[in-house]
Amino acid sequence: MTSFDTLMQQARACVDDRRLERVRAWKQENPGALAIGHMPIYTPRPLLEALGCLPVAVFGGGDQVDVIRGDAYFQSYICHIPRSTIELALGGELEPLDGMVFPAICDVIRNLGGMWKLLFPEKWSAYLDLPQNFDRRLGGAFYAGELRRFARELEARGARPLDEVRLRAAIADENARRATIDELDVLRRDEPHRLRASEAYLAVRAGSAMTAAEHTAFLREVLVAARERQTRKLDNVRVVVVGSFCEQPPLDLIITLERAGCDIVADDMQLGMRMIEGAIDAPSAGRDSVDALADAYLDRGAATASRYIGELVKGRALIDRVRAVRAEGVVFAAASFCDPALLDQPMLEAALQREGIAFTTLKYAENTGQFQTIREQAGAFSDSVKLWGGAA
Amino acid sequence: MSQERDNSQKRQKTMIADHFAKLSRAKEEGKKVVYTFVPGNLTELLSAFDVLPVLPEINALQSGMRGRSGRYIAEAEKAGHSEDVCTYVKCDLGMLKGGNVGPTGETLPPPDLLLLSYTGCFTFMKWFELLREEYNCPVVMLQVPYQAEGEITPEMRGYVVDQLRNEVIPALERLTGTTYDEDKLREKMKLSSRAEDDLVAVWESARHRPSPVDGYFGGVYYTGPMFSSFRGSQDAVDYYRELREEVEARISRGEGPTTPDGPMTQEKFRLVVEGPPNWTNFFDFWRMFSREGAVVVASTYTRVGGLYDRGFRHTPENPLESLADYCLGCYTNLNLPRRLDLLEHYVKTYSADGFLINSVKSCNSFSVGQLLLLRELEKRTGVPGGFIESDLVDPRYFGKANIENRVQSYLQMLDARMQRRAS
Repeated sequence: MTSFDTLMQQARACVDDRRLERVRAWKQENPGALAIGHMPIYTPRPLLEALGCLPVAVFGGGDQVDVIRGDAYFQSYICHIPRSTIELALGGELEPLDGMVFPAICDVIRNLGGMWKLLFPEKWSAYLDLPQNFDRRLGGAFYAGELRRFARELEARGARPLDEVRLRAAIADENARRATIDELDVLRRDEPHRLRASEAYLAVRAGSAMTAAEHTAFLREVLVAARERQTRKLDNVRVVVVGSFCEQPPLDLIITLERAGCDIVADDMQLGMRMIEGAIDAPSAGRDSVDALADAYLDRGAATASRYIGELVKGRALIDRVRAVRAEGVVFAAASFCDPALLDQPMLEAALQREGIAFTTLKYAENTGQFQTIREQAGAFSDSVKLWGGAA
Repeated sequence: MSQERDNSQKRQKTMIADHFAKLSRAKEEGKKVVYTFVPGNLTELLSAFDVLPVLPEINALQSGMRGRSGRYIAEAEKAGHSEDVCTYVKCDLGMLKGGNVGPTGETLPPPDLLLLSYTGCFTFMKWFELLREEYNCPVVMLQVPYQAEGEITPEMRGYVVDQLRNEVIPALERLTGTTYDEDKLREKMKLSSRAEDDLVAVWESARHRPSPVDGYFGGVYYTGPMFSSFRGSQDAVDYYRELREEVEARISRGEGPTTPDGPMTQEKFRLVVEGPPNWTNFFDFWRMFSREGAVVVASTYTRVGGLYDRGFRHTPENPLESLADYCLGCYTNLNLPRRLDLLEHYVKTYSADGFLINSVKSCNSFSVGQLLLLRELEKRTGVPGGFIESDLVDPRYFGKANIENRVQSYLQMLDARMQRRAS
């Protein structure tokens, strides 16, 4: 059995693989196959896998990149992820990617897709217009059509033709990965000392440039090793972190929250891997697996700021999550200038206040390097919850 | 504006006052009120159901022009809204908390329906989620696909039409208790088309030297009826006919545009502007240009409510398809390459000496990518660009001295360049 520490080192190496060496290696092993990057939050990776492509989650440069050229493309009031992504692209670090997907999350990512078309016209790029209408005949039909268009365009670029059998297999792989991530989350929830949030984060993010099957195998190793490891239970406060679905907090920020006395028992970081809540069902009669992907997004898409809530009650999903993981409080951690998270936050805060659930708020950038203030704030929060409650 | 008003301006003022008076009486007269947004607005459909629209962006910009927005924004921030997000939203929420007194001093009625026309701006969705928390009324969402590949596909059009048929129209039928009458809608569309013809003639008049209109500062007045509550009405037809006649008269007299200080006497610079204006210091901003003899011959902000000068018209033949094309074709629903093409077209068609980007902090839909647009447009046209930053309605982000300094430096550079070319 590989030790837990070794697995974490492997995961860290994957996360730090800025030059996409893994992707380069995969392309060497799969000559002619395409590697397709996708920005947060969500892109249906099984579709890409069924087309013979390697999906690669791109989260910008994090705290590992000095942004020089990227800053020249964005005003000071724009969030950080587009600037570091442009920096990586202009520096050639995203060169192994044959295309990029820009999902509908906010106007920044949307316009970044347009910039891509101007800056890299030779590369395939596409905007994924995720549905905000959740009726299968309306938003579902439109979205399924979008996915088929993607498939046609990628096929024209050398991907394998879309095939029902392969798509079913890719969905099965994705479901297995999703179930394994669920197991990881259950371990975090029930025994957070065995698998810290920062460790689970690394393990999940390690799969950014892996196939679902490869990632599942890795996660299973992590699970086994985490269950076996000898750790000490801590007297921490159980919190849910909300607002970090797109631009990612630096790993050190997550560790800072933990050191400040918080067990992060659920979060929305790198939400794409958990976007579909549960398995993607097999298609019903008369429908195919593209429809099944669309239905999964409509029916089981996680409640997040970039998704219209329709007839649902704002904040209900967060409260349900807090209860389900037996959290004692919520930490709103949003990237600076993140419109979806910051516009959402007052509504979520109001919902928590109505339920008497304690919360605190902080902002970060992916390259934030100073954590003392955050540690003090999170420490004060965890102390206050311990002392005075605010329990769910 | 200090000078004598044109008849069209007086007419517009009366139209707007009448509309707000109707709104103030709406509840007692049993009229239904629908809040919706400017880009992709469905004014003809709403008026076919005889409901009254309220446009929160217009209220916010009016609050900005009347010096109230700073207070409203502060109220919203005190209530927990981030300093990082759109100030239109915060201004609107602050106004609501302060009693929802509209621009004419009359209290605005609460909405009976929130029609979320989700066109070209992510923030719209959050804005109406926030309003939904404040009002106990239904919301109907119209998702308008983004023109990411620079074209309207049959699938996109079909999706919008399907939502209109299956969700928006049934919601309006439930609200009003009346049945959708397509013939009534067709009549509105015919009137829209006539007004749109005249608006395009006004825009295109800027090809003359001197330009008889300012297509940005003056342009926001010209778009008033078209973008707000009057498209599809005889009032709008009359307004645009009168405006066009006034503009044609100015051409025949060789006159320049109206400015805050009276008619512009000498046109020195012809500019294209990208981005919304600042509203808190609108006339100061305008004077920075008009006093230097700079006229804006075309702007993109005045196309957020429709690209009529590129051929679009509301047509009665297939009214829902036409409404769909309208929503899909608004400026902020175009991808960056299409926006660049349009700017290039304006610079060349209107013989601009330069172009200027006013980048507003509040609006990522406009602002993200503008620095790339600046470079690419310079490359394509050989015309120099300028770049300034401000905000829509947050007075804290209008640094008058700094902006004036930048504008003057830019115009001096243009002047030197034009003199070199002339010699």
